[in-house]
Amino acid sequence: MHDTPAKSKERALRIGIAGPVGTGKSSVIAALCRGLSTEFSLGVITNDIYTDEDARFLRSEGVLPGERIRAVETGACPHTAIRDDVTMNLIAIEDLERDFAPLDIVLVESGGDNLTATFSPALVDAQMFVLDVAGGGDVARKGGPGIARADLLVVNKIDLAEHVDVDVDQMVADAENARDGGPVLALSRKRPETVGHLCDWVRQLHRAYIGGTHTAIDPGPMAPHSHPHPHTTDH
Amino acid sequence: MLSDGRFPAGGYAHSGGLEPTVAAGRVSNAAELEQFLVGRAETAGFVAAVFAAAACSMASRGETVALAGLEAELDARFPSSELRAVSRTLGRQLLRAMSTIHPHPYFSVLAAAPHQPMVMGIAAAAFGLDSRAAALAILHESVAGPAAAAAKLMPVDPFEVHAALARASARLDRLSEAAAAQAEAPVCDFPSLGSPLMDIAAEHHKRRSTRLFAS
Amino acid sequence: MRPAGAMTARAVLATELTADGRSSRLSVLRSQGFLVLRPANASGPEPLVSGRRDVARVALAAGTAGPLGGDDFALDVHVGPASTLVLSEISAMLVLPGSRGGRSRLRITVRVDENATFVWIPKPVIAARGCDHEQDVQISLHRNARMVMREETLLGRHREAPGNLRTTLRISCEGRPLYHQQLRVGPDAEGSGSAAVLGESRAVGSVIAVDPAWTAAAPAAAAFHPDAVLTPLPGPGVLISAATRDSLQLRQVLDLGLETLGAPWRPLAAGLNRDSAAGAQFKTAG
Ligand SMILES: Nc1nc2c(ncn2[C@@H]2O[C@H](COP(=O)(O)OP(=O)(O)OP(=O)(O)O)[C@@H](O)[C@H]2O)c(=O)[nH]1
Ligand SMILES: [Mg+2]
Repeated sequence: MHDTPAKSKERALRIGIAGPVGTGKSSVIAALCRGLSTEFSLGVITNDIYTDEDARFLRSEGVLPGERIRAVETGACPHTAIRDDVTMNLIAIEDLERDFAPLDIVLVESGGDNLTATFSPALVDAQMFVLDVAGGGDVARKGGPGIARADLLVVNKIDLAEHVDVDVDQMVADAENARDGGPVLALSRKRPETVGHLCDWVRQLHRAYIGGTHTAIDPGPMAPHSHPHPHTTDH
Repeated sequence: MLSDGRFPAGGYAHSGGLEPTVAAGRVSNAAELEQFLVGRAETAGFVAAVFAAAACSMASRGETVALAGLEAELDARFPSSELRAVSRTLGRQLLRAMSTIHPHPYFSVLAAAPHQPMVMGIAAAAFGLDSRAAALAILHESVAGPAAAAAKLMPVDPFEVHAALARASARLDRLSEAAAAQAEAPVCDFPSLGSPLMDIAAEHHKRRSTRLFAS
Repeated sequence: MRPAGAMTARAVLATELTADGRSSRLSVLRSQGFLVLRPANASGPEPLVSGRRDVARVALAAGTAGPLGGDDFALDVHVGPASTLVLSEISAMLVLPGSRGGRSRLRITVRVDENATFVWIPKPVIAARGCDHEQDVQISLHRNARMVMREETLLGRHREAPGNLRTTLRISCEGRPLYHQQLRVGPDAEGSGSAAVLGESRAVGSVIAVDPAWTAAAPAAAAFHPDAVLTPLPGPGVLISAATRDSLQLRQVLDLGLETLGAPWRPLAAGLNRDSAAGAQFKTAG
């Protein structure tokens, strides 16, 4: 029996979670697993730079049975693994879907990278991009493909805002601006109602996916570097 | 295209044994890296090339039974269970990629996680290439993988690395021709040139808690 | 003095179970020229059969120096059903260049029948400077046969660059290939001194153990020493592989691998208790 592309709708909804190092991607996944595992059959794939750090963290959180959390080793190329060459991730997801069929949702954590990493539409149906207030209030305005066009932008750790001199409302407004009104969610694991909103967003997405009304969008490749030839697209 | 490091089959996550070798202090400069690449091409690379060449010509001739027999012979030529597993992982990934890029009935002969040289050989046949091209593709990958990893593992000038690869190309041509010729011999006589340090390093590497590459 | 011309020799060895079924005996023992076979007693630590008197023991002794360039030797071994053969060697095999040059060859074929046991503990092969030698070993095992063998290769005598040596070892079990490895050293073996093959190692060797009890699963891999590894083969066998600085270290590490494998594989000398045997090492000749 070979690995072949599964038709969408017959397989789980695949959600990518991207964002810079340490903004709280694993924590978001842990929160989703805690909030949704009674309603949905879940699986998690982590993409790690060094061995399987994130997978071990999530297993130690005990939010899902350990065997539903699997690590992909990316050879120090976390962006390649979710964008240019998704084969390892596809196989990992398909294995999970087969081993725990029927699976409703697979959450894929990207290896912490910079602002430019986004998931390929060949890998996920939807993606969220996680920023935190500790990165500074300006980050949202800087934009980039993940910030501008991910299906959901999460501004995490808002409980820390006052300590780092960030105006959360302003940061959210800037982000909405950069996203042409696309959804932005202010989150803190210390504020249960925000975690509830996060779970609601996923519930809604899953309904749309099952109902066939969700269309995957591609945030686009890496942000263009300042480039003397603006029309050159291949690198 | 098949042996291009950017072919989307997950090869970039592997260093071809270079990471543990650098960690052990056995390769620390461009000259040692070049020797490492030569050693790889002449041993594991050549063995893989013979099997890729054989898989290619068997697939082209529709010899499916013989094709299946190659798997066990190749298994016996990987003393290290870890490297055996890596070869099957890479083969599975290449097969997964090919099933979208260029599906072909030849692939159905293979097991779910076939060895990489087998998939490479059949992929070459599917693209209409001959056994020498199949051999060259996998030989090229056997050196290009660790060469690309070198930049992340050691302080080495990327131009020097590419110069070493350029110098290797005549060797790879010669080896691919020899591999295509050998591939016509009975399978039990196929070469199996060992690389003991790679076998030993692979098992130790797997147990390291921090590493950049899967192998 | 060395013989002027190259030699060919073919020796044959076979064992069978005695009529009462209690012990193994030699049914064929034919030496020739260089290949001298002698019935022997246990001479050192043995895995699997230590202290047993019901097994057949044979030692191979080199009748002359060599092999030398041009020599062509063959040894056929047949371990008959349910019998046990322990094949050892009197001294290391120093492979030398012949006065007339040319390649020397040694071919060994072994057949191990149903419920038979083959224990092979030769001394190292030393590739002396300028040699050109090919050694080919083919072992076919019955599905219910047991085996343990050691092979050690030294790259030249003390501080000597090795000559060309090419070895092949193929073990098949019930017709299926289990282990097939070649080693090439010497000036013609390009890349063999690289860190991808042997690096600075001057001694390389392995132990292969096969046991029908491992048909479902062979023992798990173990990285028991920085210069060595124990790894399951694709079938009912394991390999202990080591590459070290010198022959003494090689033997120590390979023995440690057998220790890791546990009883009954750990090499025990007859009459020694476990603790003292664990500390005892062969002295490597050559
Ligand atoms: N105060 C506060 N800390 C948080 C919150 N969410 C996550 N953190 C902390 O932020 C740090 C990083 O969180 P992770 O979830 O590991 O972040 P990550 O994005 O997965 O990190 P990498 O995978 O290494 O890129 C941890 O110390 C978390 O405890 C939050 O809502 N509030
Ligand atoms: Mg994380």
